[in-house]
Parts: sequence; C-alpha cells; structure tokens
Amino acid sequence: MQWETVIGLEIHAQLATKSKIFSGASTAYGAEPNSQACSIDLAMPGVLPVLNREAVRMAITFGVAINAEIGRRSVFARKNYFYPDLPKGYQISQFELPIVGRGEVEILLEDAEPKRIGVTRAHLEEDAGKSLHEDFHGMTGIDLNRAGTPLLEIVSEPDMRSAREAVAYARKIHQIVQYLGICDGNMQEGSFRCDANVSVRPPGGPLGTRAELKNLNSFRFLERAINIEVERQIDLIEGGGKVVQETRLYDADRDETRAMRSKEEANDYRYFPDPDLLPVEVEEGLIEAVREAMPELPDARRERFQREFGLGAYDASVLTANRGLADFFEQTAQVAGDAKLAANWVMGELSGALNKAGLELAESPVTADRLGEMLLRIVDKTLSGKIAKQVFEAMWLGEGSADEIIEARGLKQITDSSAIEAVVDEVLAANPEQVANYRAADDKKKPKMLGFFVGQVMKQSKGKANPQQVNQLLLKKL
Amino acid sequence: MSLKRSEVEKIAHLARLAMSKDELDAVTGDLSNILDLVAQMEEADTGGVEPMAHPLHMAQRLRADEVTEEDRREQFQAIAPLTEAGLYLVPRVIE
Repeated sequence: MQWETVIGLEIHAQLATKSKIFSGASTAYGAEPNSQACSIDLAMPGVLPVLNREAVRMAITFGVAINAEIGRRSVFARKNYFYPDLPKGYQISQFELPIVGRGEVEILLEDAEPKRIGVTRAHLEEDAGKSLHEDFHGMTGIDLNRAGTPLLEIVSEPDMRSAREAVAYARKIHQIVQYLGICDGNMQEGSFRCDANVSVRPPGGPLGTRAELKNLNSFRFLERAINIEVERQIDLIEGGGKVVQETRLYDADRDETRAMRSKEEANDYRYFPDPDLLPVEVEEGLIEAVREAMPELPDARRERFQREFGLGAYDASVLTANRGLADFFEQTAQVAGDAKLAANWVMGELSGALNKAGLELAESPVTADRLGEMLLRIVDKTLSGKIAKQVFEAMWLGEGSADEIIEARGLKQITDSSAIEAVVDEVLAANPEQVANYRAADDKKKPKMLGFFVGQVMKQSKGKANPQQVNQLLLKKL
Repeated sequence: MSLKRSEVEKIAHLARLAMSKDELDAVTGDLSNILDLVAQMEEADTGGVEPMAHPLHMAQRLRADEVTEEDRREQFQAIAPLTEAGLYLVPRVIE
C-alpha cells in the first residue's frame, strides 16, 4: 500500500542575547554550573521577571525576515509542568497571542521545484535548566545556568512530505537565524534544536496520528530518525496496529526511536496568562527600524552572487550556505578582483584545509584579505596555479603574506620569454630522439607527446615557468 | 455540581497535591461554586468591552540587554538540601 509522510517541525533557537529573557544573568555557554543562575532564574520568592528588549527585537527580526505578521500585542502565558530543571513549576511562554504570526520560507531540493513551507507561528519563551543523570549516588544533578535563556520556538505547518524536505526546511531556518545574527546555530551546544511531528496517511487522506520525535541534535539524526519512525508507523499500521500519540526519543547508538512518555497527561499544561508580565506592545517604529536594519538574506544573496559574479547556481548556494562563508568569499573576491577564481579557492583549497584541520571558518589561519592578495598574484601571472598551492600552504602555516612568501622562497613565475626560451632550447637539445619522434608523428598524437616536453621544461624551471608561454614556445620550435 | 470528582482528582494530581477523600469532596463543591459564579458572570453582555490580559492598563516595560547579576551561587546553595560540584542534587529523574 502507498503511504504519504506528513512532517511538521518545532525548532527552538536560543537567541544570542547577552543576558537572560527575564533576568540580568549572563547567558554565556560553558560557565561553572549554577554560576549564572540568579534569584529570578531560581524562582526565589518575591522576584519578578522583566522582559529583555533585545529578545523582543530579535523575534521581530525573524518575523520580518520570513514575511510574517508581527503580533502588535503579544501575551506571555504560564505553561505548567513539574520537572526539577524548571524551578518555578511553569515555563513562561506564549500561547494564544505569539509575537510572530504566520509566515513562510522557501526550500529548494536538487531535483524538485522550489517549495513553500508555512511557518504557523514563532513565540518567545524561556529555556529550562539541564538535568545530569550520571553518577551522583543515584541522584540527578541540576544545572540552572541555561534556565531563562531566551528561546524562539518556531512552529511549522505540517507541510513537509519527506525527511529530506524536513532537513531542507530545518537548514533553511538555521541559515536564516544565523544570517540575522539572532542565534549562533550551534547544534552541539544545543543553541538550535529540532523536534519533529511525524505521521503517515494514505495519499491525500485525513492526517494520521502523529508521534513527536525528540533528541535530534544534528541534521543527519533528524533525517535518520524521521525515516526510521515512518517505517515503524507503516509496519505498525500494516500489521493491524495503531499509532499512539506520544513523545519518542531517537537513540542514535541503536538507531531506533522509542517511547518516552505518554503525552495525554503530560500535555495538560493548563496555560494561563502570566500575571507577572503585562502584554507586550510592539510599536510600528520598532518594526520599521528592524526592516531598515535587515541584512541581505541568503536567497537574495545567492541570486546576487549568480548575477553579479556570474557564479553557477551550485557554487552560489554553497557560498551562501552561511553568512560567514559568504562574507569571506565576497571579501576575497573583492581583493582579488576575480570572483570565479575566488569561488574556486574558497570552496576548494580553503574548505579542504579547514576540513582537514577540523577548524571552523572563523578560525582560519588565512584571512579573506590574505587569500585575496595571493589570488591577485595568480591574476597578474606572478604565480601559476600549482605554485600558488605551495604559497597557500605556507600562508596556512603562518609564514606571512603571499608576497613575503614569494619573495622569501623565490617562487616568482618566470614570464620572461627569453629565459623560458633558454630552458626550452636546453630540453630540446637534450632529447633529440623524442624531438625526431614528435616531428614524425601524425597530428592526432602530437598534443599528447607535447606533454613530455612541457613536463621537462617545468621540471627544469622548478615549476616556475608560465605554462602558457612554455606551450607556445614549444609549438613554435617543434 | 459543575465539576466531577474525577476531574478534581486529575487536577490535584497535575498540581501534585495529595488530598484525602473528605478534602476532595469539599474542594469539588467549592470549585464548582466558583465555576458556577463564573458561568453566571458570563451571562452579562460584554459586547462593547475590550478583553484584557491584565487588570492594569499598561504595556510591558522592557529592560536593556545587560548582564547585571553576579555569581551568588554560594549563598543560594547554602539553603539547598543537597549540592555537589556546583549542582543541585534532586531525587533521580527517570526519563
């Protein structure tokens, strides 16, 4: 039987504010446990939350970026449940009136038409603390540093029909929040987390019962978990069973999903407006200011790279995958004055070196300016592509700028034709037999045989002779 | 009686309140009276009244995004029943 998969995602993006959403405690990652949990985060008696302006601005920025309605009047509500990493016994969230209303994003899969995915809403809320279940004499350790960190929960429509679409959508949101500078997107540190609501149905039929998948802390796990869950649900239904609505945890080690807790009761959160917080009113002026300060978004930038620099669709999308890479490329291209060359080096040599060293772009020992300066020496024919790789390696190892390395190592390409001619003559004189063979060969075989002489000349000149000139001179003399 | 006893039991469980049989009976009656009063108020015509999320006619004031709190872990943990390595310890939570 045919089955159609239906997926909706809930994404939690930690907003990159300095302080928490309702308190002045720091949000910096990796601090000593509980050293950044103040009396408000700990729910001490008598404290009151005060909303962080920057968290509001960031939420609105996201809303404007996805063309969503901005809730001019939004209300915070209490979501009630008991868990030790939630000191108040409720999470301050938004329920009926979120700050960001309906919007949409476009995803692009390799072999398909662009598809629009609806964003139902995005609301502000506070993060909970962390529970550490390892080895505290059978007890659980609680670190409340994360409690109160601002989150933007982005809820999609059930518009995705495959795990690949779900991953493309998640990547798109990830890309947008990073471009906007409102979330660092670090999935290992939990700054960007995905939950997936997955169900199956006969194509076009009414929605099936969904399971909610949690613990998807990488795009790879997201795809894997959805595919496994879809298989499980289909097997279950075809075997005469029924899917129950529940939360399931993805276990990457065993590559399976398993039930976490029955949602029926846990789901009764008894939301009500938080009397400690007044409604948030967003003035038109703030929305206008956000609109004006909006950076160029990934789709617009990709199109501009294609138009302005003549890049192919694939190159342009790789280079705009994140803002840091796009900035790096654009700066390199500007210094080098040759965008295609810059694109090749950023995606090739530079990305390769970063991968090999396990470094992020921001940690690259070769800056965009330095790379651009080196490419300038390829453009002006000081360097051949081959020698440039040596220069790049030396720059990577911190031996200085391209010009310094070229000078220190005497790597300047030989473009003086009389110097090259001398080497060519030497090579021809040393190989009379090959010369005779070449001259006797038919035209079809000649190009291949020419390679021998080019190789010899390059060897003699230690790779510094300009290859085009070598070719021309050889053809003339043979 | 607008509330059933079983509903009150469920609410008590969600709020982690242990209640005796007598208490449950009494509370079911009290809560039902409150809901009946609300039902009575709902009969009033509120067509021209703006709904409100808060009794104060004010909007939320916002604060600047600045770190103003320092580490006072030692003081906070002095009143905690159990701590270790900077963590608060609680009975094991199984997921």
